[in-house]
Amino acid sequence: MKRESTAPHGHVHDQDHDHAHSTLGEMDLRVRALETLLTQKGYLDPAAVDRIIETYEVHVGPHNGAKVVARAWADPAFRDWLLQDATAAIASMDYTGRQGEHMVAVPNSPDTHNMVVCTLCSCYPWPVLGLPPVWYKSAAYRSRAVIEPRAVLADFGVTLPPGQNIRVWDSTAEVRYLVLPERPAGTEGWSQEQLAQLVTRDAMIGTGLALNPQDITKEAP
Amino acid sequence: MNGLHDMGGLQGYGPVQIQANEPLFHGEWERRALGVTVAMGASGLWNIDLARSARESLPPLDYVQGPYYAIWTQALQNLLIERGLITAEELAQGQPITQPMAGVRVLKAAEVDAALAKGSPADRPSTQAPRFAVGQRVRALNLNPQGHTRLPRYVRGHVGTVVLHHGSHVLPDQHVNKMLPPFDGTAEHLYTVVFDGTELWGPQAEAGHQVSVDAWESYLEPASEAAPE
Repeated sequence: MKRESTAPHGHVHDQDHDHAHSTLGEMDLRVRALETLLTQKGYLDPAAVDRIIETYEVHVGPHNGAKVVARAWADPAFRDWLLQDATAAIASMDYTGRQGEHMVAVPNSPDTHNMVVCTLCSCYPWPVLGLPPVWYKSAAYRSRAVIEPRAVLADFGVTLPPGQNIRVWDSTAEVRYLVLPERPAGTEGWSQEQLAQLVTRDAMIGTGLALNPQDITKEAP
Repeated sequence: MNGLHDMGGLQGYGPVQIQANEPLFHGEWERRALGVTVAMGASGLWNIDLARSARESLPPLDYVQGPYYAIWTQALQNLLIERGLITAEELAQGQPITQPMAGVRVLKAAEVDAALAKGSPADRPSTQAPRFAVGQRVRALNLNPQGHTRLPRYVRGHVGTVVLHHGSHVLPDQHVNKMLPPFDGTAEHLYTVVFDGTELWGPQAEAGHQVSVDAWESYLEPASEAAPE
């Protein structure tokens, strides 16, 4: 089966090189033809396409979510607000809109680890995490996250402490979930800017944990 | 529709393939496919559920084998052709043959930031009291509609507990009823329902795990104490 490929880069597009090459060339032509046609017919402003791409390449990404998490770690009142009404709390930081219209933040604890999936498509909280990685949209993740989440975490190199339960949130409606990871030990007195560096994309999906202080370099701000 | 898109609980797809330092896009065509799809969505000539339905309705093997943005591109082409904005001949020849459709809303570059920041909220006011309460035991109905639905197969027939009530949201199953606006915006109360792993997967379930889905009211019924096994 194609998705069981052990291609060196381990990436879904590298699974089958012949197929991938022909697909890529073909897709380049198809998408270019489609964009040109839509532009010539007056339905599409190519500058709008540029702006959409720039938004998610530059402005909107997991660095937004990391700031939300860091603030929740540092500010108990904000944490309470985030857990009570994530949409409003996150909007107060100007992260709003498409694929984040209805947000819920789910906090990890020593008892429970949270993990997010969309088994039906690729629902993902764009305003705080940007566009999803390929694995999040893959059949392997979507199929297995709900039936064997611990085995999926093992693929990410994550082993939970014995006795910690796993709670999987399948995003089947327009509600989008943000995992609030546990604050790492040894970060007392850290600024929100420093804390944000410990918050990875995967920690906010629940396929990872927040980094520890020793995982980041010292010259960080 | 019981399609291959409804993947929860399927087996045999192998380990999750994680690319270290994965780029946001794998080639220029993925960047443009994302941008064109989002921009054309602003035409308002379909809604998010019609777009999902178009992707789910692709030939099953195309759905599971293609890169995700190829699924988006193919579904977008189908939406555009079905609505008469473009023809298959125009796509094949790469140039306009027919007159453009009049009155199509075009997203301008200057409008992008505001459009993305606004999004498309799915909540609607409701005069109906919610049928279920947080803490209540409910059963997901055994529904197998031909059309679009957001009730995944792996929870159908199973009993869980309502843990969140999100208010009233547009019901996807009816949001696809009309191909063109004004769409059927019928809304229902929406709940997060959590299921024990053993309820869903039986004795093979991993220890200590629960799974929730977000389910509209018409996907659920109260669970009686004498629930059938």
